[in-house]
Amino acid sequence: MPGFDFSNYNRNAALHAQGMPLPKATSTGTTIVGCIFDGGVVIAADTRATSGPIVADKNCEKLHYIAPQIWCAGAGTAADTEFTTALISSQLELHAMSTGRKPRVVTCMTMLKQHLFRYQGHIGAYLVVAGVDPTGTHLFTVHAHGSTDKLPYVTMGSGSLAAMSVFESKWKAELTQEEAVELASQAILAGIWNDLGSGSNVDVAVITPEKTTLKRNLIKPNEKAPKLQSYKFARGTTAVLNEKIIKKSEIGRYVSVQEVPLESDKMEVDS
Amino acid sequence: MAAMFSQNPLMNGPHYATTDAPKTNNYREHRFYPYTDNGGSTLAISGADFTVMAGDTRHTSGYSINSRMEPKLFKIGGTTADQHDATIVLSVCGFAADGNALRDQLDTVCKIYRYRHGKAMSANACAKRLSTILYGKRFFPYYVHAMLGGIDEEGKGVVYSYDPVGSYERETCRAGGAAGSLIMPFLDNQVNFKNQYAPGSGVGHNLQERERRPLLLSEVETVVKDAFDGAAERHIEVGDSLQMFILTKDGIEEKFLPLKKD
Repeated sequence: MPGFDFSNYNRNAALHAQGMPLPKATSTGTTIVGCIFDGGVVIAADTRATSGPIVADKNCEKLHYIAPQIWCAGAGTAADTEFTTALISSQLELHAMSTGRKPRVVTCMTMLKQHLFRYQGHIGAYLVVAGVDPTGTHLFTVHAHGSTDKLPYVTMGSGSLAAMSVFESKWKAELTQEEAVELASQAILAGIWNDLGSGSNVDVAVITPEKTTLKRNLIKPNEKAPKLQSYKFARGTTAVLNEKIIKKSEIGRYVSVQEVPLESDKMEVDS
Repeated sequence: MAAMFSQNPLMNGPHYATTDAPKTNNYREHRFYPYTDNGGSTLAISGADFTVMAGDTRHTSGYSINSRMEPKLFKIGGTTADQHDATIVLSVCGFAADGNALRDQLDTVCKIYRYRHGKAMSANACAKRLSTILYGKRFFPYYVHAMLGGIDEEGKGVVYSYDPVGSYERETCRAGGAAGSLIMPFLDNQVNFKNQYAPGSGVGHNLQERERRPLLLSEVETVVKDAFDGAAERHIEVGDSLQMFILTKDGIEEKFLPLKKD
């Protein structure tokens, strides 16, 4: 198992003791939810990423792929949710190939909780794991310290209370797919409006035994207000204090140049 | 779940009224922290014969919205409670309770002045008095970034801006509060034309700066709305509504414009 590099630990601890603040990680502030319906499961997320009080990304993706029929919504430290889900996704793929069976949601959840428990909460990943496998439809939450829950509807992140208020007032057993998507969307919207850590758009993923559908930006209720005037500057507005012209024939002095053949012998590139 | 909320940065982020009781060897020290940051931003621009004061109306604590309509701009020194004949506007950003206390105190001072002298307080007299009030609480400050807008005795627009302990300065424009550092560079460029040069007016350091001219009222209103739209996009504590006061010799006009609500 590859591990983390702790070579700067002692130096950073000494600097921190002398009053240097720790670096600020990008947090996904976040409202994420999940809900089981008859014949599948739906998960949803907002799309705001924050760094302190500043919006770092207005349209980030918090719905992560684990396996074709297993998806994960992540809250907490953005890098931790990203890397943890990628790591488990990779291990689960190898596991599926070695067993020759489709991966199970419980397997994924167990791998996540064991990984997170090992790091005692220092990996700040708060996840909603959902999927369909040969044993049925499943929905879990996994906290950064390693605890898990199995429930018919779940919320996580700073907007979890706003979102849970929607589930607690509107959820019922035996939902249809359309009703579940609508309910999850409304829960995310509650977070978007009422939690400052959440905002922008609604992403939804629907997982059924047949297929997974990712509905990216299903609802976009926060389009930017158009500017009232143009802020284009006239050419020459910015001061140029120094100018240096390098002729094409002399460019070899600064960078290494390799002529690319025109039509014949085209360089091989990804299309 | 606790770890997720405790990642909240103490320096720049949303602040809380109480801090964790620090543990010492054998006893616990209990503390009460009397200040809260209620977020939001304010903005003031003075023109040739007008002043525009603006602020958003969101009132927050931590990641919660307390109110979507809690104005932080106040008319000061009118004869009645509705301030219909006021000529000065005070804006306060930071700790809202201190802002309200400061507004009440300054308004009372203006009313007493009117009673004693039989005339309204001038903008510069009120500005000096506000500085004195703030410095009076030098060792238990009003936790606010205050700004005062009015029309001076020559009929020109004035803006005074203050630090929490009363240091003040007359300025052509100023942005304060949570997104002050986001808005101010935009104002430097668009109101004072900083870093803009006249195209083709010279070479290198001989280049001439773009000619400074006071903005028209319509231009100021446009810049203010765009500034707040931008701030609401990128700062989580700014949004909901934009309150705008337009001060001229004929009185004060109040406007509300919508901002993003997420």
